[in-house]
Parts: sequence; structure tokens; C-alpha cells
Amino acid sequence: MSGRVLVGVKRVIDYAVKIRVKPDNSGVVTDGVKHSMNPFCEIAVEEAVKLKEKKLIKEVVAVSCGPQQSQETIRTALAMGADRGIHVEVAGKDYETLGPLQVSKIMAALAKKEDAQLIILGKQAIDDDCNQTGQMTAALLDWPQGTFASEVSLDGDKVKVVREIDGGLETIKISTPAVLTADLRLNTPRYATLPNIMKAKKKKIANVKPADLGVDLTSRLEVLKVEEPPQRQAGVKVETVEDLVGKLKETGRI
Amino acid sequence: MLLRKVSQSSALCGTILRIPPVLSGGQRQAGVVALQNSRLYASEAAQAVLEKPAAVSSDAATKVENKAAVSESKSFAVSIFKGQIATAQVFPFPSVLSEEQEQFLRELVGPVNKFFEEVNDAAKNDALEKVEDHTMEGLKEMGAFGLQVPADLNGLGLSNTQYARLVEIVGGYDLGVGITLGAHQSIGFKGILLFGNPAQKEKYLPKLATGEHIAAFCLTEPASGSDAASIKTTAVQSPCGQYFTLNGSKIWISNGGLAEIFTVFAKTPMKDPKTGEMKDKITAFVVERSFGGVTSGPPEKKMGIKASNTAEVYFDNVRVPADCVLGEVGGGFKVAMNILNNGRFGMAAALSGTMKSSIAKAVDHAANRTQFGSKIHNYGVIQEKMARMTMLQYVTESMAYMISGNMDSGATEFQIEAAISKIFASEAAWNVTDECIQVMGGMGFMKDAGVERIMRDLRIFRIFEGTNDILRLFVALNGFQSAGNQLKGLQKALKNPLGNAGLLAGEITKRAKRKAGLSTGLTLQGTVHPELAQSGELTVKAIEQFGVVIEEMLIKHGKKIIDEQFVLKRVADCAIDLYAMVVVLSRASRSLSQGHASAQYEKMLCETWCMEASDRVTRDIKLLRSGESRKLFKNLRAISTALVENGGPVSPHPLGF
Repeated sequence: MSGRVLVGVKRVIDYAVKIRVKPDNSGVVTDGVKHSMNPFCEIAVEEAVKLKEKKLIKEVVAVSCGPQQSQETIRTALAMGADRGIHVEVAGKDYETLGPLQVSKIMAALAKKEDAQLIILGKQAIDDDCNQTGQMTAALLDWPQGTFASEVSLDGDKVKVVREIDGGLETIKISTPAVLTADLRLNTPRYATLPNIMKAKKKKIANVKPADLGVDLTSRLEVLKVEEPPQRQAGVKVETVEDLVGKLKETGRI
Repeated sequence: MLLRKVSQSSALCGTILRIPPVLSGGQRQAGVVALQNSRLYASEAAQAVLEKPAAVSSDAATKVENKAAVSESKSFAVSIFKGQIATAQVFPFPSVLSEEQEQFLRELVGPVNKFFEEVNDAAKNDALEKVEDHTMEGLKEMGAFGLQVPADLNGLGLSNTQYARLVEIVGGYDLGVGITLGAHQSIGFKGILLFGNPAQKEKYLPKLATGEHIAAFCLTEPASGSDAASIKTTAVQSPCGQYFTLNGSKIWISNGGLAEIFTVFAKTPMKDPKTGEMKDKITAFVVERSFGGVTSGPPEKKMGIKASNTAEVYFDNVRVPADCVLGEVGGGFKVAMNILNNGRFGMAAALSGTMKSSIAKAVDHAANRTQFGSKIHNYGVIQEKMARMTMLQYVTESMAYMISGNMDSGATEFQIEAAISKIFASEAAWNVTDECIQVMGGMGFMKDAGVERIMRDLRIFRIFEGTNDILRLFVALNGFQSAGNQLKGLQKALKNPLGNAGLLAGEITKRAKRKAGLSTGLTLQGTVHPELAQSGELTVKAIEQFGVVIEEMLIKHGKKIIDEQFVLKRVADCAIDLYAMVVVLSRASRSLSQGHASAQYEKMLCETWCMEASDRVTRDIKLLRSGESRKLFKNLRAISTALVENGGPVSPHPLGF
């Protein structure tokens, strides 16, 4: 086994930012807004680095698809302990329509090219909440998948994954190569220390174009409209249960 | 023709010639700063920092051929005392970060912010009166203890500007932690960075950079605060010359209880090479706690920065190897002044972060609090407070980054500007936070709001690292010294009027015009952005008048100016305001030229600031030039004397008992 792990990291609007919809309802405002690494991607990177520290894998490669600024996100991964990065350049219109299908095609192509043993992704991104990339990547590669992972352990050429599902926890054993997606309780990502950020400057980030990987970025989706959720209406207080039933009937709720 | 001009302005000539003898050369010391009283902190500071004995006194003829016979200083603050404007270090606003440095810095800002948001608990640190253990560990891992140590010695090798940006973040969250870090690296081991030889750097810096060893700066003693030159701790060299024996005690040492490495200042008896008599001169030493004989007292209970450890440090027959001398034996005062001078910009940067934090709280409150039917930010009284708060922050921030930019560009003359920035930043931060509490009303007074802690933390900033009062004297005396040099040069020229007719005619005309309030052609047009022309003109006028009053004060008081503290304080206030005006003109000009989105807003800040600052300067100058100032100062002095004689308020109770 190559001992190489690919980790996908996505640059998203920072979770603390107040999102504003563009006046033309075509999307959200991203210009000048603070961006950072998707929190679930941070957990994915942390898991990969932990595996390397336990000497269970040999190399962690951080991958990001996007414009120039995606390199910042890769650098954060390098500062957390990834060994090198791959920046797949996607800009302009292509970037606006970039979604799980395109990213999973890219990840699949890279996994073959880099002879990856594992791909670890965040379970979903906090901007689009798709929760599809990991699954699609596994399908394209015909690899087993361990999604919503809250615990991962390597055992020879098998991976034991404890998954968080609606009913509780499910434990599965899958063979490598495999795709894993990180859920919230998998680990607590480390702080990038300043000396590590400085060391990360020396690590390499390779530049790749989707065309070089033979990936077609055309989107099968067209976003028609983006709008804010409806304003929350003020509540009404009622005195008795009869009043409550009456009001509910009035507004056609029952 | 020229001769006639010279003799017609005989009144002026006479005034210049009436300069007291001390200025007419023969004395080695420059201008008006008398060195007989070597214990005068400010003068020694000025001398030590400037470290140039007046060269103007000799070679009169050749020197005078060059204008005004003074080595042209690049410092703006020095130039205004001569009624000139040296723009090299102030325009354009410095942009010193390379692309790589900027990118690196951007990457550092996020994690530092995150650490202080999520790990550091300022309220807890304040309540415990120490920085929580896990926070200290986290800070060490973060690399926060060696920001400016070279990378090959375990540090981050940050430039001054990069350091300022990070220290700004710390200042915005927790000043107690800020002082712990600052006492360690900004002054604690700065001496090793600035004056250490390669062996000393290799030996000490690696462990200091990781925080394995903490450092402290030991200058202050029970009987020596502002009067640092009077310290009594002694370091006597052994007859074999291999070591020094250190004895004495220091008080109020930040990190005193935590440090392993101390930069200690002590008096070493030395033989004066010329006279042969034994003199006590200050020497700086690197002292390790492990040398034995070094003990520290319990942590002091303080008003603020409670998380920062402050303790007494005692040296009892400590054997300090001779190779632990920092710099030269006997050159310790210079080491101390340079260390303090080098770290001052950090304070302005940290405090600008603190102000941002206070302002954010005030804005949040004013935008959400409704009284009398409207949100309170709609009321004029609140609006004035908020506007002033943000102007003070804008000026402080601009000063911090201008000075760090100057330092990174290799400037060697920034000590007056650094002193100004410390005075300004500490007083601005105090006022801003005070007004923040006022805007927040009763809420501001409550512990939970977090602002009262900031207020308590800020009080010390006007006191330590050179009290603002002493620094004002330093600014004024430093300026008078250069102005005095210029006057001396002119006086030399007067001895040879024919040979210097052009120069003299020019100088006399200039003075005549200025006295009449006319412009002498000094202008900032072409330097400031055209949209700021008016503010530029206000500044120029103020500088011209300032030049006039400086000369008048020099001529009036001569060498006795050093005792005229009422005058010196007001002169310093003017210099501070003038530097502030120029700093915002520079920053706003840059924003306008670069078409920033906030350019018009910054223009407003700049114009408003210049209007008010110019008024203050004019008012102070008027007072200084008026006869009333004499009466005022005399009264103030008399009131204080009576008070001291009486041991308290003198007037009897209105009720008679």
C-alpha cells in the first residue's frame, strides 16, 4: 500500500459571518467576506495527520479545488501537518457552478494518479450542505465508503469505521482503498501554531488544471434563485386552550 | 545691499547675539542641554540616545557654508522644532511588507485570533491573578514567546510591522497576557537581540524563543524610577576580571517571579581614562537565576494587568561571569534606553487593538439601546463621543504602523516619534475606554461587560516604560537641543556676515515673515493628496508658528529651559499634536490615492482631527508667547509649594472647622 492519504479541503465563508444574499438573488455575497477552511474538512485533515503521527500512513496530501485563494486553505492544512498540497485551479464561471459531481470526478482522477490508499473528506460543506462528494467519489472509483465517521481505526488493509446514523452508531469494516467522510465528533482539530505555519511555507503546493486530469466541469445544475429565509413573524399569546384551537383553525393550520 | 538688509534688521540681530554664552561654543555639549547635572534623566536620555557630542561648535566657517550648520535629521519631530518639515519618514505612508511577508502575516493572524477567542480567558486570568497554565502552554506552542527571534534560533523572525500586527490582536483581547509577552520579548531579552554577541545569542535565544525560559527587564529600584541613572545596584568586577559580583534589589519587575533570564542594570565602578578617578557607570548584564543568589518576592497585588506577574527581585552576591556583560562595560544606560526605545512602537500597536475592542463594545451598545424612543446613537452627545473615540484610534493606529514601517525601512532616528506614540496611545486608550464605559452607562461599570477590567489594565500604560510626564520632557528637550544647534550655527554665521550674507538675509526674512504670521513658502502641497490641501495648510501654519515659539523660548530662557517644565510640557503637547496631524494626513492621503472604499470617511477623520489639533496647538502657542503664562506658571508653582508646606489642602474649611 502506498500509505498515501488524500484529504479534500474546501474554502468556504467563515461560519461566524452573517450571510447576505446578493440583490439580484443569484447567490450570496462573497467579495470581501471572511473565508476559512470548512470545519468538517479541518476534522478530516486532523484525522489524516493523526494517522501519520501514529505511523499508520506515510503521507498526507491536501487537495483543494478553486481559485487562487484556495491556496490559503491548503496552507492551513500544511500548517496542521499535511506534507504537500495540490491546488486544482478552477476559476470564474466554472467555479460558480463547481459542485460535488465535478469535485468527485477530480478527486477520483487524483486518487488514481497519486495511488492513494485513503481519501478523507468532510461529511459536508457548511455553504451548500450537499453531503454528496464523498459518496460520489467512492462510486466513481468503485471503492468502499465509511461516511459520517466518528471513529476510524486502521487494521492492516482494512478500516474499521464507527458511523453516526439516525438510530445511533453503526460499526463497519471496509477494505482499502476507501473513502471516509468525517463527522463532528471524529476529533478536535489542532490549532495551527505559528512555527508550523512558518515550516509550512517550505512545503510544496502543486498546480493542476482539471483538463490535465481529463475532467469535464460542465454542470448539470442551474441555480435559478437564492433568497433569504422568510422573516420570522412575531408570536401571539393566547389565554386559553379554546383560544389556541380557535386561532389555529382561523389560520388554516388545522 | 545685503549688508544694509542685515543692519536694518538690527533688532533681530541683536536678539540672536544676545544668546547666553553657553550657546556660543566652547562647550562640548550641544545647545541648551546642560550635562553638569548628570543625574537629569531627560538630558542624559537625550544625550545617550542622540549620542552625538555637538560637532557644530568647531569648524565654524566650513559648517556654516552648509545651511543652518546642523546635520540634517530625517526625523519629522526634530524638524518641526526648527520650523521645518522633514517629510522623508512621514510621506508617503510606509508600505514595507514584501508580498511574501504580507502573505505570511495574513496566515498568522487567523490562528492568533482563534487562540485568543477560544482558549484564552481574560476574565479568568484577571480573577486568578495569573495566566492560566494551559493558556501559557498554548502560547508557548503557538510560538508567541519568540516572535522577533531569528528563525534559525527557534523564533519566527518577524519584522517590526509583522510583530505590531500580532501584538495588536493580543492587545484587543487581554492586556495582562500582552504584558507577560511584552515584558519577556519586547524588553526582557531585547537587549540580547540588540546588543548580544553571537555567543550570547546562540546560548540564550533558543530557549527564550520557545518560552522554556522567561525573561525580565530589571532596571527600577525603590529609590530609582524615572531617575534611572541613580540606580544603586552594584556589580563589582573581580580582581582577576573573570566575573562581577552583583548586589542589590529591583522592584516592580514584570515576570520577576517567573523569569529564568534577567537583563539587569547595575553600577560598575570604572576608572575614567582621562582623569583617572573612579566613576560609577551603568552596565547591563544577562543574569541567570541558576547563578545562585537570585531570589524573587511574592506577586504584587495590582489595580490591573493582574494576570501579569510583578515581583521584587533580589541579587545577593550573585556571581556573574564577565562574558555576560551586554554591550560595553559602562555602556548600560545606552543599552537600557535603546531597549525601551526599540519596544515602544509595540505599545501603540497593542493599544490600538485594545481601543478597537472597546469601540466595538460601545458601538454595539449605542446601536441597540433605545431610550427616549430612539436608539441612543442618534443623539448628538453619544455621536460626539463615538466620533472622538474612533479618531483617537485612527491616529494611534496610524502612528504605530508609521513608526514600525520607518524602523523596518532602516530609519535610525525615531526616538521622539516612538516616545510621542507611547504618550498618545496610552492616553488615547484610557480616554476611549473611559468613554466606552460612559456610553454603556451602568452596564459599563459591571464586571461582566468586561470593560472595567480593560480600564484597570490600561492605567499602568501611562506610567511604566517611561512615565508620560518624563517622556514629554524628553520630547521637548530633544527638540530644543536640535533647535539650539541650528541657532548656534546661525550665530556662527553672524560672526562672518559678509561670507554668509545670503544665508543670513534668508533667515532674517523668514523670521520677520513668521513673526508677522505670514507664510514663508513652507508647504505640503504636492505631498498630501489635493483633497486634503486645507488640512495640510492648517498643519503647515501650525508648524511655522511652532518654530517661532521654540526659538523665542530658547532665546528667552537659554540653558535654563531645562527647568521650565511648565513650558516643556506644553511644547511637547504641541509636538504630539503636530505629529498626529501629519500622520493622519499621510494615511488619509494614501487611502485617497489608492481609492480605498473608506477613503472619504478617512478624509473626514483627518479633517476633523486637524481642525481640532490645530486649535489646540495655536492656543498653547498663544499661551506660551503671552505674558500671562509667566503669571500662570508662577501661581501653579506657589500653590503647589504651599500645599507641600502644609502637608495637605491649605484653605480652611468653609465652615471654619
